[in-house]
Amino acid sequence: MSTPPISDREQKILGIIETARGKRARFRDEQITMSHGAGGKATQTLIEGLFVPAFGGAALAQMADAGAVELGDGPGIALTTDSYVVKPLRFPGGSIGELAVNGTVNDLAVAGARPIALSLSLILEEGLASDVLRAEVDAIAAAASAAGVEIVAGDTKVVEKGHADGMYICTAGVGRRDRRATLSPSGLQPGDRILLSGPIGEHGTAIMLARDEFELDATVESDTCSLWPAVDALLDAAGPHLRCMRDATRGGVASVLNELARASSVSMLVQEASIPVAPAVAGAAEILGIDPMYVANEGKLVAFVAPDGARQALAALTAVPGCEDAVEIGEVRTEPPGMVLVQTSFGGRRVMDQLVGDPLPRIC
Amino acid sequence: MKFVDEFRDAELGQAVAGEILSLVEPGRHYKLMEVCGGHTHSIYKYGVDDLLPVNVELVHGPGCPVCVIPMGRVDDGIALAQIDGVIFTCFGDMMRVPGSDGSLLDAKAQGADVRMVYSPLDALRIAKQNPEREVIFFAIGFETTAPSTALTLKRARAEGVSNFTCMCSHVTIVPPLRALLESPDLRLDGFIGPGHVSTIVGARPFEFIPADYGKPVVIAGFEPLDILQAIAMILRQLAAGASSVENQYTRVVPYEGNRRALEVMAEVFELRPHFEWRGLGFISHSGLKLSDAYADLDAERRFGVPGVRVADPKACQCGEVLKGVIKPWECKVFGTACTPERPIGTCMVSSEGACAAYYNFGRFAREREVV
Repeated sequence: MSTPPISDREQKILGIIETARGKRARFRDEQITMSHGAGGKATQTLIEGLFVPAFGGAALAQMADAGAVELGDGPGIALTTDSYVVKPLRFPGGSIGELAVNGTVNDLAVAGARPIALSLSLILEEGLASDVLRAEVDAIAAAASAAGVEIVAGDTKVVEKGHADGMYICTAGVGRRDRRATLSPSGLQPGDRILLSGPIGEHGTAIMLARDEFELDATVESDTCSLWPAVDALLDAAGPHLRCMRDATRGGVASVLNELARASSVSMLVQEASIPVAPAVAGAAEILGIDPMYVANEGKLVAFVAPDGARQALAALTAVPGCEDAVEIGEVRTEPPGMVLVQTSFGGRRVMDQLVGDPLPRIC
Repeated sequence: MKFVDEFRDAELGQAVAGEILSLVEPGRHYKLMEVCGGHTHSIYKYGVDDLLPVNVELVHGPGCPVCVIPMGRVDDGIALAQIDGVIFTCFGDMMRVPGSDGSLLDAKAQGADVRMVYSPLDALRIAKQNPEREVIFFAIGFETTAPSTALTLKRARAEGVSNFTCMCSHVTIVPPLRALLESPDLRLDGFIGPGHVSTIVGARPFEFIPADYGKPVVIAGFEPLDILQAIAMILRQLAAGASSVENQYTRVVPYEGNRRALEVMAEVFELRPHFEWRGLGFISHSGLKLSDAYADLDAERRFGVPGVRVADPKACQCGEVLKGVIKPWECKVFGTACTPERPIGTCMVSSEGACAAYYNFGRFAREREVV
């Protein structure tokens, strides 16, 4: 047995592809389409090809979920912002208000910062029922209290009927950077273990079913929740061994893995059979032809841990309420850099690529 | 999931993979075409090709209904979508397919009301919910999806929905297969027949492949184990020097097809004299249009379309790739003018097309071993 030879010409073509892949994404599209907001390849061209070159500080270039701001000698703070345009406003397991708190809290948490305070901007559509607004304000207050953050500033705008679909919410969050770990998207090392905090695809599936476009009867609830308790436990158990964490929102776990494989120039091998997916989520994904690995979560994190700390990290994670099903799903490797491979449950191996296009717009 | 997991069992997969290995003649190279895009999808999803010896090569056929729609047809769709008051509905994949000046997704960004649907009935529902708007359904697909379009049109007629029309770009599977087989430079040894299409048309329409061209056909289901088993069946025929149509997918495909579905199709559609395929050019009697009895539900007749003809770029060699004459990387524009981000030909349009697959994953196929 031997590997078939590669001709010079094929080698040259492979070289061209390699170079093209390695290049920083360029933003060349003539207009914005829905896929620029989907968290996949098009979003990446926008960030890497337009935003980072324009604003290009060191903190932004890290492309973490929250940016680090140094303050004197202390560990400094982390700052993040997010906007919420989910449709419908309420769905099983949560609502736009709850997302607006947890989503921003989670961006701080996975950046290794204890969430402290949020700002809240509301963009409301003329004619919105006050009861709808009141319900979201209650949801925001409850989620903030559960996550231990305070809403310290806000703004309200109203736009004409026909815009903003009821309401859009923007929150910014500030957190205190935690000294227990030094996290970086480019810090992954071959051998690192990949941990996942629980079953995937619930938020995206819940929204999809709530839109009632598919006439599927299934009860799936969004997993929206604060990830700080999970992060806190990981920092305690394996702080120095933690390389990076991400919450697997738009684009799902697959997008997180691809982003970090590129950022650290490593490859990853994921065991498909180890990934927990609830039967209702798996069933809906099967029917709609969607891979749960690309479906959004709002309360799941992926953590990359040095092998020496992986066991303690997983034990600590599974002890956190809501993370009982946390598992190790794979490991970081060297070849081929920038790519994520999956060992399928059927036994074959394939590439799990970045998301192209938008399977489901306005999910958060 | 019940009834499905059995067909995704890794141990059974290994057993069939072992059988395939035992059927392969050392030193012989096998090129098998999986005709249907659904098979290609499963092959990637489960890494089926990773379980094959490298001298058993799978060639992705012309059966991806989205990829075969030519640029001019996309341009026609965009022209309809841009008519004032029109809601243009199509399957999600279709929105990304490039025309000569952008895709339906781009048209949507410029203000056209383009909506993704999962079935033609969804489009009809949108028409009923928006009686003041004209709703057009961009119908694509092989015999698999044509009956549901036909039934939707019959329902629209029965319910008197007057603001619903269909831009029919349905195609049929046999003519492009015949066109491939007719080419003197064909390098294929056998075919994995399209399971879904065959539930409608049955197995009989494929009998010409062994009869006239001496190549085995095995109609297969879409689970990874189905595909592996079909490959083993083809290899067994090749080893015995035989060629016939076999049906691996007996749990779904009746040999005679689905008479009722064929009747509905015959009522609603008629064959176009010829239809253009991206990368393959014009193929006679390969496309469907609405029959005269359904002319009033035909978007092309109600609104008129520009009937744009955009020639495939000369350098594009999708036809040769599909025939297995050249490898994707041997095409003159591969990886340079034609990339997944800016595709030219059908093979690069869908992530499952032969060229896109090679572009993204090609290096790993190299890691398999040859017998």
